[in-house]
Amino acid sequence: MTITLMMFLAFVLVTLGVTYWAAGKSKGSSAYFTAGRSITGWQNGLAVAGDYMSAASFLGITGMIAAFGYDGFMYSVGWLVAYLTVLLIVAEPLRNAGKYTMADVLAYRLKARPVRAMAALSTLTVSTFYMVAQMVGAGALVSLLMPGIPFNIAVVSVGLIMIIYVVFGGMLATTWVQIIKAVLLMSGTIFLSILVMRHFGFSFANFFNAIATVTYTDPTTGTEVVKNFLQPGLKFKPPYGALDLISLGMALLFGTAGLPHILVRFYTVPDAKTARVSVVWAMIIIGLFYILTTFLGFGAATILGKDFIAGHGGTNMSAPLLAQALGGEIFFAFISAVAFATILAVVAGLTISASTSFAHDFYTNVLHHGRPQAPGREVKVARITSFAVGGLSMGIAIILTEKANVAFLVGLAFAVAASANLPAIVFSLFWRRFNTTGAVAGMATGLTSSIILILISPAFMGKSAIFPLDNPGILSIPLGLLGSVIGTLLSREPSAEAKFDELIVRANTGLGAEKATPH
Amino acid sequence: MNHTNPPDPSNPLTATDWSQIAASPEFQALVAAKRRFIIPATIFFVLYYFALPIMVGYFPRLMEMTVIGHVNLAYLFALSQFFMAWILAYLYVRKSARFDAMAAEIVASQNVTVSPR
Repeated sequence: MTITLMMFLAFVLVTLGVTYWAAGKSKGSSAYFTAGRSITGWQNGLAVAGDYMSAASFLGITGMIAAFGYDGFMYSVGWLVAYLTVLLIVAEPLRNAGKYTMADVLAYRLKARPVRAMAALSTLTVSTFYMVAQMVGAGALVSLLMPGIPFNIAVVSVGLIMIIYVVFGGMLATTWVQIIKAVLLMSGTIFLSILVMRHFGFSFANFFNAIATVTYTDPTTGTEVVKNFLQPGLKFKPPYGALDLISLGMALLFGTAGLPHILVRFYTVPDAKTARVSVVWAMIIIGLFYILTTFLGFGAATILGKDFIAGHGGTNMSAPLLAQALGGEIFFAFISAVAFATILAVVAGLTISASTSFAHDFYTNVLHHGRPQAPGREVKVARITSFAVGGLSMGIAIILTEKANVAFLVGLAFAVAASANLPAIVFSLFWRRFNTTGAVAGMATGLTSSIILILISPAFMGKSAIFPLDNPGILSIPLGLLGSVIGTLLSREPSAEAKFDELIVRANTGLGAEKATPH
Repeated sequence: MNHTNPPDPSNPLTATDWSQIAASPEFQALVAAKRRFIIPATIFFVLYYFALPIMVGYFPRLMEMTVIGHVNLAYLFALSQFFMAWILAYLYVRKSARFDAMAAEIVASQNVTVSPR
């Protein structure tokens, strides 16, 4: 326990040092919000990976595979393939045509105030969903490691450290925290995978034999059962399992390209080409990580077993418990510290994207009609927002306590992003006729329908659920698309159509794109 | 250049200028070249990806067929998705060198400095 605390403190000290260094360089809006657009391709690739491989991936997926086998691995697949949507459709046009936020592209040819207000609302919603999942993970981890420290105190301390990174260091500090975390997470994951294979004598045959005969106690009957964990259907059961799986797949595949904290990362690089290179770096790292969840998740299922995990902190703790069983106390401490680092880095990324959106979209462009603000004003508003967003998510996490599986909570954030954000981004880049009414109607239907479907799903209402699926994407994504199309067809906006040429020329050629500033 | 509006110093190109670039054969060729890659690639990966939950959800008996030892079709199909994503990304990066060159030519031919907005 003391070793864990020391490793955790070491990470916090190093990253606070980075924040101190970054604070000296983060002068002005562009420096604060986008690290002066000076991050290189591989650095941004690592930072995207660090922003993306959250507590949901590391703790949640390992737990999901440990508990449900193959069905948990389905999350891993969707989380990588989704980057093809980012690479092929979104990253480069966004970098070429935008400045600080996702809404810059939407507002380019549409009426700025309604579109930005709506985009800020959906950004804050997605970020909050996502952040609560991270906070729950942090609390669960601490209550396992240090039984003396209550869940609430753990959540508040993670929240405060994250606020320090964002308020003082801005995007530059956040980026480096994410890079350090990505390197730590990858080394921990690779080492843990090697330990799992060593346990099976480096024999894939032994490993897969063990996966095919996982023994655990059935919680409803109390009898011992033997299951093949490579067999699909342990989580997604008939009659609605298959639809739920497809619905989840839609949210993952189309949600990633609508996640505000991932999209803002493409503004931190000098140009669209670097944005593309960074997506490819991210895909290599993220893909490798998710393939390795095979060893982490199935390793936990076979070496520890479901019963042991349930009695020692629950599914979210599978990865640290596995490290403890295979590598002893020091490795357990290291993996726990990596999980802390993971949570801190993701939460910092979420906070900076939420506060950037509030300051740039809502404060400057909605409240002040886009009039230039006094120097430093936008940054000051963003800093205040960081405190508010941090406080809000700490509060929700404390209310929810450590019950929910964090991968599931994040799945819901993806559903909202896929239903509300992606249709608007794609239509504004590819459909000349698309207009303000369409954008606002689409985002509003996508956002409300996904939230309502979540509230009436089995996850919230149990057996009496009105909507039979846990994942709303299969219905809310088409509704978001439909809202955009109907809204567009109901009105005409000649000014938006007239600016389409300018937008596509900028988006495809980079003519007039934001340049890097030396710092 | 045909200035229909008074020129804005940060954006010397008018709406007509932007439309002229958009209509130019060079720009049309760039957009067509990108579409020739991106549209089929997107259709392919979406179909390949959704084939997995559909097969696993509706044909579980088939997907449980073991291929090597205990390793079944479901796991191999899931694993193949990672390689599909990497290969498609590699092909796109290889293609995009040509897109970059075409875009650079269009920007150079404009010979104006356009500020971001």
